Amino acid sequence: MFRPSHFAAVVLFALFASVVFGITQRETPRRMIHYGLYCFVLFVGSAIVLSWLMFLIAR
Amino acid sequence: MATVANKNAAGQDSQQGFVYLPLIAGWLLPGAGHFLLRKWGRGALLSASILGMFAIGIAMQGKLYAGAHDILELLGLAGDLGNGLLYVVSRAAGWGADQVTVTTADYGTRFIVVAGLLNVIAAVDAHNLRTGRKT
Repeated sequence: MFRPSHFAAVVLFALFASVVFGITQRETPRRMIHYGLYCFVLFVGSAIVLSWLMFLIAR
Repeated sequence: MATVANKNAAGQDSQQGFVYLPLIAGWLLPGAGHFLLRKWGRGALLSASILGMFAIGIAMQGKLYAGAHDILELLGLAGDLGNGLLYVVSRAAGWGADQVTVTTADYGTRFIVVAGLLNVIAAVDAHNLRTGRKT
């Protein structure tokens, strides 16, 4: 059984979803790469921000 | 003027044959719709992403929804069905878990559902390429 950490799961999820979003939502390869990177940063960044918020609320 | 004529000709070319073939092929096999349209790079990346997400979901002992006892299960089943033949093969082979018992299995369940939803997006993209709505 594959048991990644929470962060590894987030990164894997963000990677796969960003590739699909980039290819399907933009037309030129350059814009696909930019949009894919943008989505990846938003996925991982929002997970980190929300995690810190929950950590601070729980204290 | 020549550009408009060329666009019309290209549009007529793209309307020949069964226009829904890339949509159906893309749904049944991730990336197949793009391969049919000779978009090899895009198809390979989409295929690798969706197959990877599904495989990781199965490896994490994610649950494959089988019935629709309540609205949440129905939504999960709809997402799983987006995986096309992957879902059918996995059900037939008995992969995945019947019950979610650990946290990673819950993540795996979401990975499988989202892989199905991403596959639907990819199949619709192949259809848009086929009809000329997207280049």
